[in-house]
Amino acid sequence: MTGAVPRRIDPVVAWWTSRPMRRLRSRPIALVGGVVVLAFVALAVLAPWIAPYDPAATDFLSVRDAPSGRYWFGTDEIGRDVLSRVVFGARASLIAGVISVAIALAAGVPLGLIAGFYGGWVDEVIMRITDALLSFPFLILAVALAAALGPSLQNAMIAIGIAVTPTFVRLMRGQVLAVKNAEYVQAARALGAGDGRILARHVLPNAFAPILVQATVTIAQAIIAESSLSFLGLGVQPPTPSWGGMLNTAKNFLVQAPWMAIWPGLSIFVTVLAFNLFGDGLRDAFDPRDA
Amino acid sequence: MLPFVVQRVLTAIPTLAIVTVMVFGIQRSLPGDPAVILAGEEQDPQVIAFIREKYRLDEPVPVQYVAWLGQLARGDLGVSMRTGEPVTSLILTKLPVTVQLSLLSILVAILVAIPAGVIAATRKNTGWDVAGTVVALSGLSIPNFWLGIMLILFVSVQLGWLPASGYVPFFEDPVDNLRRMIMPAIVLGTGLAAVLMRQMRSSMLEVLSQDFVRTATAKGASGWTTIVRHAMRNALIPVVTILGLQLGTLLSGAVLTEQVFTIPGFGKLIVDAVFNRDYAVVQGVVLFTATAYIVINLAVDVLYALLDPRISGGRA
Repeated sequence: MTGAVPRRIDPVVAWWTSRPMRRLRSRPIALVGGVVVLAFVALAVLAPWIAPYDPAATDFLSVRDAPSGRYWFGTDEIGRDVLSRVVFGARASLIAGVISVAIALAAGVPLGLIAGFYGGWVDEVIMRITDALLSFPFLILAVALAAALGPSLQNAMIAIGIAVTPTFVRLMRGQVLAVKNAEYVQAARALGAGDGRILARHVLPNAFAPILVQATVTIAQAIIAESSLSFLGLGVQPPTPSWGGMLNTAKNFLVQAPWMAIWPGLSIFVTVLAFNLFGDGLRDAFDPRDA
Repeated sequence: MLPFVVQRVLTAIPTLAIVTVMVFGIQRSLPGDPAVILAGEEQDPQVIAFIREKYRLDEPVPVQYVAWLGQLARGDLGVSMRTGEPVTSLILTKLPVTVQLSLLSILVAILVAIPAGVIAATRKNTGWDVAGTVVALSGLSIPNFWLGIMLILFVSVQLGWLPASGYVPFFEDPVDNLRRMIMPAIVLGTGLAAVLMRQMRSSMLEVLSQDFVRTATAKGASGWTTIVRHAMRNALIPVVTILGLQLGTLLSGAVLTEQVFTIPGFGKLIVDAVFNRDYAVVQGVVLFTATAYIVINLAVDVLYALLDPRISGGRA
């Protein structure tokens, strides 16, 4: 091989042929999960073009109509098209899932980095606060925060974000502790690298995979949490469509219009299952023990 | 052993202290006058003046906090501004309902998860294992309030087998109580069953590969004897730990389950309090659940140290 001219590899090809990606591609169930997630994202983005009707438009001549050729998923208690509301409802769920996890990442990753890297009293203070937050049952904390902040999608996302932050603090701290004393970190320090450079160039890239896996699974939890809060009346407020909010109304019409309850719930279930399947596949793909 | 217990208690104390600061902070950070907020919809100036004096709201915040801690130490969580009842007695009235629901759901979860986890592990990479994994992930992904609604729809509305909602105390009519609690227990137990099954599968796989299991097999123990007497007993240890940690999830689930089935428990208490703007009750319930979680997990850890000396030796 001596004398061979090194070829520049296209980064996209390098990413696609990397070991985790090869392993992920060999897991059909995880891929199905990924495809379903993408399908729901497309549904949310393209909702105005996909939904057959305006989700807020009422038709008082078609109140609680059973599924038919005209209304595929039937209509609700004031004659709105359930299919259109399910399609638009994907927006609230996905936005809530992604933004609340983004809030948790923005707060949890730096706190975990600082706690793990500096140790001592800083670590002690951060971890005791994390423990305290973890001791509040997830939904009870979210309910209390949503009640304090006022019911809205934005406040539900803040509440869920705060409630899931401890997971990322702990994960990040664990990752830092695992590599803090590794030889390459010591070498970087010996070469004069400062704390900021070591954290950004050496510690953070190593933690990327576990954080990504955790974020995927936490989006699933956050989607359930948002729909739970909306179901309780503490999330998205009517008439904006949300899956949880639709179920809140549907439970009062189970005998007269069961279709109102079936589709929004099924949508939450399928979306969350897809995120969980994809997250499980990612975990396996990045697991070094399974190499 | 003793140093471990002392160390464990010492870490629980600051956590508890921070919990009180957070709960106090949330309540004080609500926009507006805390006395008016605590008075709820009761806007009587005399009531507001009484609250202001009781909670020392005219004094500096640290003094208010210390005064509030003093009340907590006496078991006084304040008074519901809606009903006038002490929050502590409200919680204690509702608690048995949620405890019964939780215990039944744990029973449902164990009955499903342990055999399913053992079967998945002993038949690794077969159709049984794959089916078990998919069912467990589905159990984790299904929103429990929707599962509840679907059960009501099919079991109660369509088939008419069980009552759709409502609650009868166990000691008043045990049969009717259980008939009304079966569906809620299944709903609350589903997510827990999924978590326990996954844990049972992986810890069984780990135990099955260990030397003492191979020795038992080599000494002539039959397949099931090895699994039940040797492997399962050891594999159950981490499963029980997970059960302790899942307490918070169970309480979160109870909030929704009780709402769906109209069960007058702890979860319904906090949701009703939120809608009635009864902040004293919200604050009391949040504080109570967090404290219970810390104390129960402390007890579980200490119990483990007693049962398994390696734990206290390893950490102390």
